[in-house]
Amino acid sequence: MRILLKNARVIDPSYGKDSIVDLLIVDGVIEKLGSNISAPKDIETYDLTSNIVAPGFIDMHVHLREPGFEYKETIESGCLAAAAGGFTAVGCMPNTNPPIDDAGIVRSIIERSKNVIGGIVDVYPIAAVTKGREGKELAPMMELAEAGAVGFTDDGAPVEHAEMMRRALEYASMMNKPVIQHAEEVSLTRGGVMNEGFVSTTLGMPPMPPVAEDLIVARDIHLVEYTKAQYHVAHISTAGAVELVRAAKFRGLPVTCEVTPHHFVLTDEAVRSFDTNTKMNPPLRSNDDVDAMKEGLRDGTIDVIATDHAPHSFDDKEVEFAYAPFGIVGLETAVGLAMTELVETKILSIINLIEKFSVNPRKILHLPAIRIEKGEKANLTILDPSLDWTVDTRQFKSKSKNSPFDGRRLRGKAVGIINNGVAYFSK
Amino acid sequence: MPLASRHLLGLEGMSKNDIQLILDTATSFREVLERPIKKVPTLQGKTIVNLFFESSTRTRTSFELAERRLSADVVNFSAESSSVRKGETLKDTARNIEMMKIDMVVMRHAAAGAAHFLSNVIGANIINAGDGAHEHPTQALLDMYTIREKFGKLEGLNVCIIGDIAHSRVALSNIYGLKTMGVTVSVCGPKTLIPKEIERLGVDVFYRVEDAIKVVDVLNVLRIQLERQNRPYFPSLREYRQYFGITRERLDKAERPITILHPGPVNRDVELSADVADSEHSLILQQVLNGVAVRMAVLYLLGTGK
Repeated sequence: MRILLKNARVIDPSYGKDSIVDLLIVDGVIEKLGSNISAPKDIETYDLTSNIVAPGFIDMHVHLREPGFEYKETIESGCLAAAAGGFTAVGCMPNTNPPIDDAGIVRSIIERSKNVIGGIVDVYPIAAVTKGREGKELAPMMELAEAGAVGFTDDGAPVEHAEMMRRALEYASMMNKPVIQHAEEVSLTRGGVMNEGFVSTTLGMPPMPPVAEDLIVARDIHLVEYTKAQYHVAHISTAGAVELVRAAKFRGLPVTCEVTPHHFVLTDEAVRSFDTNTKMNPPLRSNDDVDAMKEGLRDGTIDVIATDHAPHSFDDKEVEFAYAPFGIVGLETAVGLAMTELVETKILSIINLIEKFSVNPRKILHLPAIRIEKGEKANLTILDPSLDWTVDTRQFKSKSKNSPFDGRRLRGKAVGIINNGVAYFSK
Repeated sequence: MPLASRHLLGLEGMSKNDIQLILDTATSFREVLERPIKKVPTLQGKTIVNLFFESSTRTRTSFELAERRLSADVVNFSAESSSVRKGETLKDTARNIEMMKIDMVVMRHAAAGAAHFLSNVIGANIINAGDGAHEHPTQALLDMYTIREKFGKLEGLNVCIIGDIAHSRVALSNIYGLKTMGVTVSVCGPKTLIPKEIERLGVDVFYRVEDAIKVVDVLNVLRIQLERQNRPYFPSLREYRQYFGITRERLDKAERPITILHPGPVNRDVELSADVADSEHSLILQQVLNGVAVRMAVLYLLGTGK
């Protein structure tokens, strides 16, 4: 592979680089970085004037659905969706069938991902905390980590039991891996289908109170204080939980969190449509919560933007709201939504955005840092910040189209990725 | 002027004129019900399916009578005897029924929004006969009809809905409809059964019956669902009766006589004492009669597009 990227604005927050240069990539390695690199013969050249080249983005919260639910998504379709969305890596969640609680499954997922567009998307399995995600016994965490798991979570469900959570934190910290919590006190959300508040009241929908999230985050932070182990809150969605993480960080605790685009873009008002693509867990929250997400992103309390990409087939979602599964796809809209709702609105700088999509999640998962420098491996995401486009779910590479953002006008898009010696352009 | 929508999914957002039209139309059908022959040919040739996914003898019987008195062909479909138990989706069930050339569907369903969903997947006129804890528009319409019949008006009256507001489709439809008609509405019940931020719908909230009934004209008493007892909403039926039960003694303390409504079936001596249920101030049986007339009106207006 030989690719020349001309006139790109290269931003690498790891060493404060932000300048317009040319990049020559040969066999997956950045061979030259400088101005006016002349094109050798037989080389693919891309004029990236007004585009940005950033360290490769990772979505650390993706449900690939394989094994077990291949009619919703497969490793292949999920990786294609990731590539189309601008991600060179994904962290995949363990609520498959069988769940990722066995080293063999970790290895097979990694192996299978290597066949998709030449392995352009690195798949990092995040394994179950407990066997079968049942909350009863610890999964073989050391073995899972050795097979390639980069973190642990029972996502889809919380680690409910306090002692289980304590032991999981202690055990995972031996391997220097984070425990990622789906924070939900399930005794408070039993039967619930949407956020509790004025909208749930007017729709007569069984509610999920935001305090259910706050409680588990608060408890877990106490456990982190006690164990000193690394802890990450998945898909944070309440003002209360953001405040708890802010305070924990202030005390110097190893606590981080991620937010999904839908939790900083939509409120529970969207549920009035009865569109089952507005049903996810955690649910869409209030306006105040959305404001808290934006403030958390701005002040650094929220480290990461991750999608909670949760594919469901059309028929899965084409049912009564109460009976529809939770979750929406996110890989192919995340970057556009973040650029439109956060960068265009000046809540985040483009550098902040790159930190939240690349630098910070890689740190949390202890993945090798990406540097855009001569001699380094090329792991890049290419952004066109001024591209106006309209979300069209029919164009999605994902097998599933369950997005509430169909038809939404966005400004800014990931237009290509380069990784593992392969380039993929989606424009 | 026909109704603004070709479905009756709920009273949220329904205009004053439309509500008025339904109530006025019900008045003429109410008259039909007093005739020796209680049948009119209005919906002859129309086929109506009563699609009940939750058992409800009362509402289904009322709808069925209304349909038959309008001379419609009626098919009853209940979840107990259907393929739903075999895992068929609502969409498939509805589309199969639709292929049999039906004109209207009356649906009762446990999930909020089910009627909206149905109106998106099939072409028939949909009447919501109760969707989860969301809406039960014909119940609220018959409640309003009954109140209007008694007082000769709705505007300016004061109505309190008492009981399990959080799980009640009757409460929500009544609030939407009554507010539109210019009625002052309050709700009363244990705090655990009052949903969050309901005051934003423009209703007063009371936790003591004594405070709630001071100035009301009508008390709409909701049924307490015995099966909710496996969740900790209140300590016991005994305590509920003691503090929220509507008794003669409590009513006597109010400034003026209070008219009693109840959507039925009544748990006698739980939410409502027997002597109040049977008193001259109770319109509970009148509601049942009016229910048929109001449902005839809705079926007629939607079925004929008039």
